[in-house]
Amino acid sequence: MKKRTIYEIKGLYRDNFRVTGYEFGKGKKSVCIVGTMRGNEVQQLYCCSQLVKKMKQLEAEGRISPGHKILIIPSCNPYSLNIQKRFWPIDNTDINRMFPGYDLGETTQRIADGVFKEIMDYAYGIQFTSFYMPGEFMPHVRMMDEGYSKVETALKFEMPYVVVRKVRPYDTATLNYNWQVWDTQAFSFYTTTTTTIDRKSAGQSVLSVMKFLSALGIVKYQSGSSKKESVVVSDTEMVSVRTAKSGIFEPLVHVGDDIGEGTPLANIVHPYDGEIMETLYAPVDAKVFFMHTDPLTYANTAVFKLVEKE
Amino acid sequence: MIKTVASVGLPVDEVLAIKKRRIQPENKKKGMKRISVVTGIHGDELEGQYVCFEVARKIEEEKEKLAGIVDIYPAMNPLGIDSITRGIPAFDLDMNRLFPGNIDGNMTEYLAAEIMKDVSGSDLVIDIHASNIYLTEIPQIRINELHEDTLVPFAEKANVDFVWVHGASTVLESTFAYSLNSTGTPCLVVEMGVGMRITKEYGDQLVDGIFHLMEELGIWNGKTSEPRKPIISKNPDDVSYLNASVGGLFIPKVRHWETLKKGELIGQIIDPLSGKVLDDVLSPVDGILFTIREYPIVDEGSLVGRLLRKEAYEK
Repeated sequence: MKKRTIYEIKGLYRDNFRVTGYEFGKGKKSVCIVGTMRGNEVQQLYCCSQLVKKMKQLEAEGRISPGHKILIIPSCNPYSLNIQKRFWPIDNTDINRMFPGYDLGETTQRIADGVFKEIMDYAYGIQFTSFYMPGEFMPHVRMMDEGYSKVETALKFEMPYVVVRKVRPYDTATLNYNWQVWDTQAFSFYTTTTTTIDRKSAGQSVLSVMKFLSALGIVKYQSGSSKKESVVVSDTEMVSVRTAKSGIFEPLVHVGDDIGEGTPLANIVHPYDGEIMETLYAPVDAKVFFMHTDPLTYANTAVFKLVEKE
Repeated sequence: MIKTVASVGLPVDEVLAIKKRRIQPENKKKGMKRISVVTGIHGDELEGQYVCFEVARKIEEEKEKLAGIVDIYPAMNPLGIDSITRGIPAFDLDMNRLFPGNIDGNMTEYLAAEIMKDVSGSDLVIDIHASNIYLTEIPQIRINELHEDTLVPFAEKANVDFVWVHGASTVLESTFAYSLNSTGTPCLVVEMGVGMRITKEYGDQLVDGIFHLMEELGIWNGKTSEPRKPIISKNPDDVSYLNASVGGLFIPKVRHWETLKKGELIGQIIDPLSGKVLDDVLSPVDGILFTIREYPIVDEGSLVGRLLRKEAYEK
């Protein structure tokens, strides 16, 4: 293992801002794994730390195939993590809206550029990322519908779901999009949580990355389980269940539950008198894929996303 | 007449309402032209607040000269304005990346869609921004090159100092102005002053421009002052960016909108702890400083200023 500074800028009153990478194996740039870009992505940081630990073990045991280099960057944004702020401390910009970056540009453009120059030549890119809305997900791999990444590659993770996402204008400045522009097959990893650590889904992500690396012949790893098939679903096919009222969100199901049509999913409760203003019901037989987790909710909010059963 | 354009109930005993004021002649006629003055998409930009007030006040003073409809939308993002938040609080989203919105979407998308519906069809929209809290801007209009032909003739009459025609970018397709311009409602984006403050002088300058545009559109029959002739830049090479070479405290040595020679000192980046000057920020070209850093703390890369090259305004 080689630990090295990928990018650094000098701080005024803070320690220098450093992006640190861990390299394993030698040879062609095979797989790059990137963790937090935002200061609240603690689960993503944790997942990467577990991957670093696992890769150290594999390397010590000689289980990394010759000719492959794997780079893991647990965090591109320690400054924000250390002050528990989602975006860049001074100007509140999002590093994951700055790719491919610009070396003469503003601070977060420079960070994106500094990181991207190091990671753009890898054959495969994996990013642990988070959704803009607070909530819990079924663990899944997400990829864009237009680009260089292939569904058959995503299936090698053996995650429960592969979500194929329609590209939107703002995606063009994300790492995932730009990796693909430079011929990297890019996949975004969503585990259950963001701001809290969920060991089970973190463990699942470590296992999935090991299965992926093993399927590509990059590491030797026996998962001990038979091959699992992923469900491939388009984000446009998911069934959203929206609130009509704002109020206290009282969920009645859990992420991952199999539910029948008509199952009560959540109540929206009046914040003063406790009356149930609205009960949300499942419109189809489905799996609960995403659920809002904040105790308060706004009207018109898609508080559930369901994957309809075949 | 004050009208609610869109509203949603918030979780605890509050309704979020986006409001507009419509001013029109006593004797309403068919086919009257309409101008919309919009501001407050970014909650920390307040320069447009004064402009909205002044436009309305001046119309009321000589109401008989009004020959069209003036719609004033002072607060597109009321929660942001109330909490000194640039984006939409709770969602941490930039409202100016949500357009054209979605009437069936979440709260933010719904609000954006209702705003679009209400503003669309105006003969001209002025979307007033105030840079951000970090930079001060000379009154200027920014135009996406895709809409240059329609918008430059309006911009020339808006009494601003500078018209910047910039390149198209996919990311900007979700802005309010792009969404309007691409669907046939002309929208000028004004940037002036600085976030969290009101620069009265710039506000008065723009108010004069708005009245001149109203006159041009046949909305105002009163006397208006001749607009100043702006510098129009269409070449990306016209603008030179100054980014901090090191983190520190930026202390300017020149004034905004000053003409500078190449190599002239614009400011210094200093370190109060060590007492050292970390960098002399020098003008990289002969030009005029149209953007300057307002917020003193800089990281490496922070924008310190923008210069318009001499060749751009001398041609």
